[in-house]
Amino acid sequence: MAAWLGWLIESNWTDPFLFAVYSIVKPISGAAILVIMYGIITQGNYNSALFPYIYLGNAFYIYVGAVMTGVSWAVVDDREHYKTLKYMYIAPIYIPLYLLGRGVARFITGSIAVFITIAAGLLFLNVKINFAEVDWLLFIVTLIVGVVMLALLGLLLAGITLTVARHEGFIGEATAGALYIFSGAVFPLDVLPEWSRPIGYFMPTTYWLELLRRSLVGNVAQAFPTLANFSNLEILGVLLGLSVLFGAVSIWVFRWCDARARELGLIDRTTNY
Amino acid sequence: MSATLAIETQSLGRIYKLRGSRKETRKELVALQDVNLTVERGELFGLLGPNGAGKTTLIKVLTTLLSPTSGWARVAGADVHTEPHLVRPKINMVSGGESSGYGLLTVRENLWMFSQFYGVPSKEANERIEALLEMVGMKDRMHTKSSDLSTGLRQKMNIVRGFLTDPEVLFLDEPTLGLDVGASRDVRKFIIEWLKADKTRTLLLTTHYMVEADELCDRVAIINKGRVLACDTPSALKQRLQKDALFEIQTSPLNGLNQQILLDQPEVTKAAITETETGAKLSLSLVEESALARVINLFTQKDVKVMSLSKREPTLEDVFVDLVGRSMAEEESSETA
Ligand SMILES: Nc1ncnc2c1ncn2[C@@H]1O[C@H](COP(=O)(O)OP(=O)(O)OP(=O)(O)O)[C@@H](O)[C@H]1O
Ligand SMILES: [Mg+2]
Repeated sequence: MAAWLGWLIESNWTDPFLFAVYSIVKPISGAAILVIMYGIITQGNYNSALFPYIYLGNAFYIYVGAVMTGVSWAVVDDREHYKTLKYMYIAPIYIPLYLLGRGVARFITGSIAVFITIAAGLLFLNVKINFAEVDWLLFIVTLIVGVVMLALLGLLLAGITLTVARHEGFIGEATAGALYIFSGAVFPLDVLPEWSRPIGYFMPTTYWLELLRRSLVGNVAQAFPTLANFSNLEILGVLLGLSVLFGAVSIWVFRWCDARARELGLIDRTTNY
Repeated sequence: MSATLAIETQSLGRIYKLRGSRKETRKELVALQDVNLTVERGELFGLLGPNGAGKTTLIKVLTTLLSPTSGWARVAGADVHTEPHLVRPKINMVSGGESSGYGLLTVRENLWMFSQFYGVPSKEANERIEALLEMVGMKDRMHTKSSDLSTGLRQKMNIVRGFLTDPEVLFLDEPTLGLDVGASRDVRKFIIEWLKADKTRTLLLTTHYMVEADELCDRVAIINKGRVLACDTPSALKQRLQKDALFEIQTSPLNGLNQQILLDQPEVTKAAITETETGAKLSLSLVEESALARVINLFTQKDVKVMSLSKREPTLEDVFVDLVGRSMAEEESSETA
């Protein structure tokens, strides 16, 4: 119930024009820049496995920004802009569910952007997907697990956001940015310095993106050799395991932050920026 | 734990840790100290105090938004700190002077959404929304986006949100702050009607308008610097100051009636006379209000006409001055200094 209401808010507030700009124009122009850079660096070698790797990784990464950052932004929005967070808090609802609901809403709006980005790639930007070979079951299962996982990660950030009265909007963005680098979104983890690779291996987003790519274009092992030795099922297992782990941590952290925010009186704090 | 108590606090305290811009300026601010209050079900209870007295802080603690740093508080039978999930379904809260709400949703949608958080059946919610909007005179704005409302109307919408869920205990923090005279009157009238309709409903409001506390509340707690200085019915609070009834009377020339004659009457305790162009102005202090009739009788015997008569009662402002030693306005300006 609470989740569904969160969805209502999220789906209703969008101004159609801003919505178009943020969820369509921005991701497509981002993708186009990526394609052009790729073209220059590889001198137009769009047949390499690296190309769909990059393109799809980037496209699906939109979900991270939408869902994960969206959940933590909900706290900022409700507290600072709408000034409704305190009223949500004193209502008899389970706040994490409400926030997760807002995440699901962002997933649906984000899907439009992802879909359009991939369609644009197929039509104009030399991306090739053989639809006869797509593993739809794997794709859908992965997508669903991924949404839940991202929303739960968002909850963790939302908790932290709750206890911070300044620069809170920054937390979601910064984490999304960091994950972009450490999840193998546009380049394999093997490119990263050795010490930083474990961060990527520990992030469920890494396995999630890999599975999405595999389900659509088959094995892109050349591009991502690190996980080449694992089967789809093994990766799905890792993804599920890490999602459950992160989910549990998120809920625990959120609870702790919630209590802390009540102690500090931060639930209705506005910074007036 | 008595089931009849809506609110109960025991040695309730709240200290804010202030983080200064420099580390060494870390200070503590005592916002509430040793607050002991009990509010019965069915009461309209007022918290009266100057800016910074701790009224909002107390409401935040009672509505589970803020943890107390000492003591405890129970609302609708449950502890606000350890059992917020039991308190929340039974309460609601509205802060005046701020405009909250999802701007792109209409008034009806905003309200409906909050009613759903409390599990009000959708049909009933819509009926209540219509009835409440009607009562505050903004039914015609039901389908307006809340971002297109004036600040005052948005505040009214917010007040409706508080009543909509039919809470057992409703908290209103300065409900009429920023509203014009007419709208404030509507809100006050509405508050009284709401309480009358169901005797188990309880309402706690904060204000720094003396008149509001006086006219509206069954009982008032006067609060300053985080402490409750007095708590009683408005009339009892005022009675403490002054047992006598005060009257100002304008009359035609006194025809030989003088101060001594007045003071010889057993019911007159004080009398002051000032001659005016048209007659005299008397300031009388009587043992009780009903004694006035006999004084008027005396005037009639002497053929003195009463041109105007007014009762001057001690106000809650007088009570505040008596308790704190200066007026609320002075207290507020010293706070900012
Ligand atoms: N979050 C906070 N952090 C630190 N100090 C605070 C915080 N909130 C309130 N205070 C301080 O606590 C004291 C009591 O504030 P409170 O808001 O409860 O007063 P109030 O009686 O509601 O005043 P007003 O009439 O201005 O609304 C004030 O000195 C205020 O500066
Ligand atoms: Mg206040």
